[in-house]
Amino acid sequence: MMRHTISVLVQNKFGVLTRVAGMFSGRGFNIDTLNVGPTHDDRYSRITATVKGDDQQLDQCIKQLGKLVEVLEVRDLRVGQYVARELVLLKIEANAAKRSEIVQICDIFRAKIVDVSPVSVVVEMTGNDEKVQAFLDMLEPYGIKDLVRTGAVAMPRQRTRSAGLNV
Amino acid sequence: MTTKAATDQSKADVATPMRGADVLVRCLEREGVDVVFAYPGGASMEIHQALTRPSRIRTILPRHEQGCGFMAHGYARATGKPGVCMATSGPGATNLVTCIADAFMDSIPLVAITGQVFQHFIGKTAFQETDVFGITLPIVKHSYLVLRAEDLPRIVKEAFHLARTGRPGPVVIDIPKDVQQKVFEPQLDQEMELPGYEPAPQASDNELIEVLNLIQGCKRPVLYTGGGIVSGDADRELRAFADLTGIPVATTLMGLGGFPEDHPQSLRWFGMHGTVAGNWAVCESDLLIALGVRFDDRITGAIAKFAPDATVVHIDIDKSEHHKNKVVPYPVHSEIKYALQRLCKLAEEHGFEKPDLSEWNRKVYGWRDEYPFSYENSKHITSQEAIQVLYEETQGEAIVTTGVGQHQMWAAQFYRFHQPRSYISSLGLGTMGFGLPAALGAKIAHPDRTVIDVDGDGSFLMNVQELATAVRENIPVKILLLDNQHLGMVVQWEDILYEGVRAQTILCDPENIGSPDNEAGLYPDWVTICEGFGVKSRRVIRKDEIREAVREMLEFDGPYLLNVIVPYTEHVMPFIQAGSSAKEILIR
Repeated sequence: MMRHTISVLVQNKFGVLTRVAGMFSGRGFNIDTLNVGPTHDDRYSRITATVKGDDQQLDQCIKQLGKLVEVLEVRDLRVGQYVARELVLLKIEANAAKRSEIVQICDIFRAKIVDVSPVSVVVEMTGNDEKVQAFLDMLEPYGIKDLVRTGAVAMPRQRTRSAGLNV
Repeated sequence: MTTKAATDQSKADVATPMRGADVLVRCLEREGVDVVFAYPGGASMEIHQALTRPSRIRTILPRHEQGCGFMAHGYARATGKPGVCMATSGPGATNLVTCIADAFMDSIPLVAITGQVFQHFIGKTAFQETDVFGITLPIVKHSYLVLRAEDLPRIVKEAFHLARTGRPGPVVIDIPKDVQQKVFEPQLDQEMELPGYEPAPQASDNELIEVLNLIQGCKRPVLYTGGGIVSGDADRELRAFADLTGIPVATTLMGLGGFPEDHPQSLRWFGMHGTVAGNWAVCESDLLIALGVRFDDRITGAIAKFAPDATVVHIDIDKSEHHKNKVVPYPVHSEIKYALQRLCKLAEEHGFEKPDLSEWNRKVYGWRDEYPFSYENSKHITSQEAIQVLYEETQGEAIVTTGVGQHQMWAAQFYRFHQPRSYISSLGLGTMGFGLPAALGAKIAHPDRTVIDVDGDGSFLMNVQELATAVRENIPVKILLLDNQHLGMVVQWEDILYEGVRAQTILCDPENIGSPDNEAGLYPDWVTICEGFGVKSRRVIRKDEIREAVREMLEFDGPYLLNVIVPYTEHVMPFIQAGSSAKEILIR
């Protein structure tokens, strides 16, 4: 079962998210992450979903999505062909003694402290899936009190000779 | 107010203020709608009021919302034009759900309009409020909840365009009451906003030349043709292509009439209860050309054993049908009419040579001659015989609708369909009670044709109330009611799979089962029911009366129900059990 990142360009109309989500749920796919937001053109929105599923079933799903009247484009983004980022907010137990260690880890991951109290800090961090996971692994021992993730947003790379550079 | 009225008056040539409901009616007229099947209620009566004002639209009142949905369905199937049904909010709308699902399964153009509560009541659990948009999401081609009255013209235009183009299907328009009541100056000519909708794909010449090459090199080809031929209006093109290539044709039930059953290359229809020849030919084929079909399980049986040696070409307007049930090496995404036309043209241009099929033809037409649909003669009238008589007495010219069950299969077996849109049946969803309302819709579409609901006593009772519609709206449909006092198809499965244990499949008194030999046990009394509705009817039991009774029914000027008492012991044969292969077909 491969994990797929599906990017769906839709008309910005009510109900469209339900229709798209229904295509997954009606076929027994669990959506791992789901993100919806406007594009540069306010008539359209972009839905990014990561799902796991059997390839033939997923092929069906993508074709069914393409059939939805309000869907303009469906892309199954393949590893290496796109950049993906996710925003994470997490609250970590942090008294004065531990705070500086946490700040150090945050620096390594280019994460930002966005709130601080005598017993905890709230950290904002972006990255791809692996980076987020590594960051969480590092902070786990300090005690994660709360965690929110946006789910991935993804964009295909430009297809040029120099493309694919992970910067 | 005076000032405003004056301003409106000056703009009268551009647009005059109208109520939303009147705008809707005007939009329906502009789509060519001539009949609406509609049951009123609080949230839709505004539209009914609008329909009372002068208009080219006839409004038919059914006696149940499911009746109106299936009338619209029957109308759409008989004509190819979108059928329009309408119901009020809440229960009115939920009663339409089965019809919408049915149209979705069989790809029927249906526009279902539902009244909705005032927008300020939406989400308040108001009286007769249901989220129809939400309920119908998985069973529509598309749907609308109209939030702005000004959008009505665009939405109606889009809805009809979506329902009838591409792969047809049902579209729901849910209209809150305040939208219906709003008075405004409509812009009737609005552009559609469907940037993601591409209804008319066309195969490339390369793909089609490949298909012609496959045909030239094959030995055992079959054309497997379905509902796409009918909805794609491609029966003539199919005929031309079949004539050109000489390939035998086996249709699905949805494709019935898409290829004339008396054509020398016809193997009639195949699948669970289809012809031996059709099933075996597909099973042994080395090239299967699937045209406008969806590899339904009632056709394929065990999918792994379906046409195991065949190279499969699948031409379909809907890309999502490719590889859905069967992974095929040659999927072609195209309008079927275009593809067939182009195939014939390319064959001409490229010097296509018809393959030598003499050996194959001997085999498949041999099966056809050896195993036609048949039934044992009985001392009683059997359903098969009654349908055979009906076929003979109508010279195969009638439109036949059906309920669901044994009679539905027998109607397809013993009536023969030579033109499209003549066999109208709930095939994908299999909705009992479909026959009578569908017949009423078809008859309204074709007042000059004989329209007969061939029904079973179980199915018929599910929408029996529409007898009132037939009478009150003066729609002279005929009903051939094959009455065996049982749910025959389930009984058949009980006989084969459950040692004949009857589990809620007897419709009369189980201690006194009605039959041709026990008239006293017959229940209900259909003749009395018909009398109450004012429908002419007659019960026949004796075999020597059937032909004369069918004639009487056909000659009567008005709705007529012929109640034919048949034994419940007949099984629909041939039979390929679910999950089996065509090789395992039970012939008798």
